[in-house]
Amino acid sequence: MAKNNIKLEAKNLNAYYGDFKALKDITISMEEKAVTAFIGPSGCGKSTFLRTLNRMNDYIDGFRTEGDILLDGKDIYDKNIRVDELRKEVGMVFQKPNPFPKTIFENVVYGLKIQGIKNKAHLEEAAEKSLRQTALWEEVKDKMHKSALALSGGQQQRLCIARALAISPSVILMDEPTSALDPISTAKIEELIYELKNDYTIVIVTHNMQQAGRVSDNTAFFYMGELIEFGKTKTIFTSPSNDRTQNYITGRFG
Amino acid sequence: MTNSDKNRLKDKAFQVFGIFCTLIGLVVLAVFLIDILIKGLGRIDWEFLTSLPSRRAARAGILTAWAGTLWILVLTTIIAFPLGVSAGVYLEEYARKNRLSNFLEINISNLAGVPSIIYGLLGMEIFVRQMGLGGSLLSGALTLSLLILPIIIVTTREAIKAVPGSIRDGSYALGASKWQTVWNQVLPASFGGILTGIILALSRAVGEAAPLIVIGALAYVPFIPSSPLDEFTVLPIQIFNWTSRPQEAFLINAAAAIIMLLFITFLLNGIAVYLRNKQQKKIKW
Repeated sequence: MAKNNIKLEAKNLNAYYGDFKALKDITISMEEKAVTAFIGPSGCGKSTFLRTLNRMNDYIDGFRTEGDILLDGKDIYDKNIRVDELRKEVGMVFQKPNPFPKTIFENVVYGLKIQGIKNKAHLEEAAEKSLRQTALWEEVKDKMHKSALALSGGQQQRLCIARALAISPSVILMDEPTSALDPISTAKIEELIYELKNDYTIVIVTHNMQQAGRVSDNTAFFYMGELIEFGKTKTIFTSPSNDRTQNYITGRFG
Repeated sequence: MTNSDKNRLKDKAFQVFGIFCTLIGLVVLAVFLIDILIKGLGRIDWEFLTSLPSRRAARAGILTAWAGTLWILVLTTIIAFPLGVSAGVYLEEYARKNRLSNFLEINISNLAGVPSIIYGLLGMEIFVRQMGLGGSLLSGALTLSLLILPIIIVTTREAIKAVPGSIRDGSYALGASKWQTVWNQVLPASFGGILTGIILALSRAVGEAAPLIVIGALAYVPFIPSSPLDEFTVLPIQIFNWTSRPQEAFLINAAAAIIMLLFITFLLNGIAVYLRNKQQKKIKW
């Protein structure tokens, strides 16, 4: 499977919410510039795992991890790692589109502005670039200073992706990015994921098995906090080696 | 009579009783307002608003009283606004949910129920005596700030709580620090609610007489305060003073002053309602 370099890696990772062990001894490596999908029934730990990859769980009381998560070989839970720097490298898109209640422009440049970038020309250029990347530019270029909340759900989600791209991360985490969208918007996002993997390492959590099959190169199946099986998407979907994977994929439970 | 007839009768009876209960409060308030308006409205003119207090009712005005009320309003806002909002933000966004923060929360809610005269006594001991500020505007504003802080903290927290977590997630995920998230996302989104709470708290402070009397605000102040360390009076104290005199003419003065005080209070409440509606229209989650 070593076609590409390894971008992200978890080694013997355990995660706890208080006394509850949500992730059990996860070891997995994610290829650079490829799409890795996490599948599994609700509560299996796939979203928890995704959120440990950019430390979004830090603010949850009682959450802690054991083991290592390595980004380009460096442990992201190391004391010397600054979490804001990490999140510039590892962007995230959420389940429900969550544009800020501000203008479209303000949404896209938010990540740059909080880094202290004020140059207007630079910000406008960056906004156009990321909106073009998400194929949103033509749709919104005349209403950049209108509220982002007036956009449709699918447009909002592409705006959220553009917002994440604007700070030039190398990894993008997506937590069920299309579960709140209609089929046409979903197709657009999937197309986008396919294009983005030329430049970015993408990790996507999905409940939609067909989606995992369509967009991902590698698939990981989680169950009850454990990583049951991980491999090429084709292999996982056609000849899984574990019975539970087989049963989940064929819809016998989950 | 069948059972269903009985039920219908009971239903009807309760409706009539309910209307009666609702009206009692309104009717009493209306009678009071009409009485005040009849007595006092004729007394309000430019001279009344711009005259200094006097022993003779016909020459007495409320200039010093409303000037004092305005001073108190501004000073209390300057003191209570940053303190209350910061405390609310800290408790809601920063404090870990443990025993200590639980204890703080319960006590802040309790403080909101403490009678205002107790705050007056506290203010007298701390600000007037210990800090040596005397019966000044500053002592009064500090005392009233203590009084309304719990209200501001509680409403700030409610307003912040109403901002969805997904907005915070979005901000953090783009590399924002906690402070950047609070400043750029949480506060702008909840500002309408916070402002509404502050204005309602202020309109309560404007009507207080008891704590200010305790710290030594006077009814007779023959000058407009020019600095926070000056002595002062406020409308409620002037009203209290006038209503305790036997002469009819002073009662009419009191009625006129009450109209002015009600006007200020209603104005503040009106602004609060306006801001809240505007905010609700602006942001739809």
